[in-house]
Amino acid sequence: MSISRRDFLKIAGISSLGIGFSATDLLWKNAEAVEYMTSPKGLKAKRWAMVVDVRKFKTEGDYKRVIDICNRIHNVPDFGNTKDEVKWIWTDTFEHVFPFQQNKYLPETVQEKPFVLLCNHCDNPPCVRVCPTQATFKMKDGIVAQDYHRCIGCRFCMAACPFGARSFNWRDPRPFIKHVNPDFPTRTKGVVEKCNFCVERLEKGLRPACVEVSNGGLIFGDLADPGSEVRKILSTHYSLRRKAELGTRPSVFYIIGGDEDA
Amino acid sequence: MYDAGKIIIGLIIFLAFATFPFYSNMGKAVAKPDPKLNTPVIQQMKVKQCVESKKFMRAKHMQLLINWRNAALRRGERLYKGSDGRITEISLQNQCLRCHSNKRNFCDECHNYVAVNPYCWDCHFYAPKEANNEH
Repeated sequence: MSISRRDFLKIAGISSLGIGFSATDLLWKNAEAVEYMTSPKGLKAKRWAMVVDVRKFKTEGDYKRVIDICNRIHNVPDFGNTKDEVKWIWTDTFEHVFPFQQNKYLPETVQEKPFVLLCNHCDNPPCVRVCPTQATFKMKDGIVAQDYHRCIGCRFCMAACPFGARSFNWRDPRPFIKHVNPDFPTRTKGVVEKCNFCVERLEKGLRPACVEVSNGGLIFGDLADPGSEVRKILSTHYSLRRKAELGTRPSVFYIIGGDEDA
Repeated sequence: MYDAGKIIIGLIIFLAFATFPFYSNMGKAVAKPDPKLNTPVIQQMKVKQCVESKKFMRAKHMQLLINWRNAALRRGERLYKGSDGRITEISLQNQCLRCHSNKRNFCDECHNYVAVNPYCWDCHFYAPKEANNEH
């Protein structure tokens, strides 16, 4: 029995259609019938923000407490030198923190006092704009987050950040972590890291760790909610933001206070 | 053909090198990967079931982990409702590696067999106790 050219083409056409359909069938089967959800316990906000009430930081212990808790729970390494330093929350002097507000007649207490610094979680974050891999991004609640899996270590974000809030891991950080928190990952050599506003705690319904140990020195809340703690304190106290004139719209506010409060 | 002798000798040497991996491994069976599920956490479980079926996890755990990472980190969605309706917290370190705390006898078994070297453990601890003893 011989087959005509016409019949052969018909059969071939139908078979290839069949193969095509069986492949789409495979695709459907592989699609996961699953759902991703946010935790109902988590704290929600439209725009997280922090107020640093500088007046509440009086002794060395007040600073140490907030810095130590952050370093401990986030496995922040201590390399023992400033060149390799990894900073999530740290301190600096008024002149460096508010260079445009500096004048030499300011009260001495203000000039000499250390200021608590952390990532400003800017509303218009320059680090996010320059990241070539979208490793750093702004979340819906305003937190400037970073996906270390995606970071290629180009350090554009470090160049773009006017606040020095980002640190690069020049070396493997693991041997330099004093007390390992096994519930939180470390970072690896070649990625940039920074404060994450304790996003992992917010999702469990807890406030950032530094806020909890600050005895009221750090206030955390939703900037979009007029009844929130941050809005209340900002509406009654004069506050500064770091280098606001650069237009990054920082979400960390500083209440400096006068000499009598300092 | 000019220089037939040299060319043929050259070809034989080339073939000897090119087929070396095949005949050197001939008859040797590489041990089949045998991931162990005998960690203390798994043994205490009443229903020994991962977030998805064994078949799915075996073939697609990498895609699942990428989806988990994007959901948790980028969208802040840290709960996963699997195809059987169970809800799990999304966390490699605190969920996956809590049960599968035996990296050497579980993860490495297949990864070594197929010669892949994922770097999950550069950052995520595979066993909290070991993590603390390491330093």
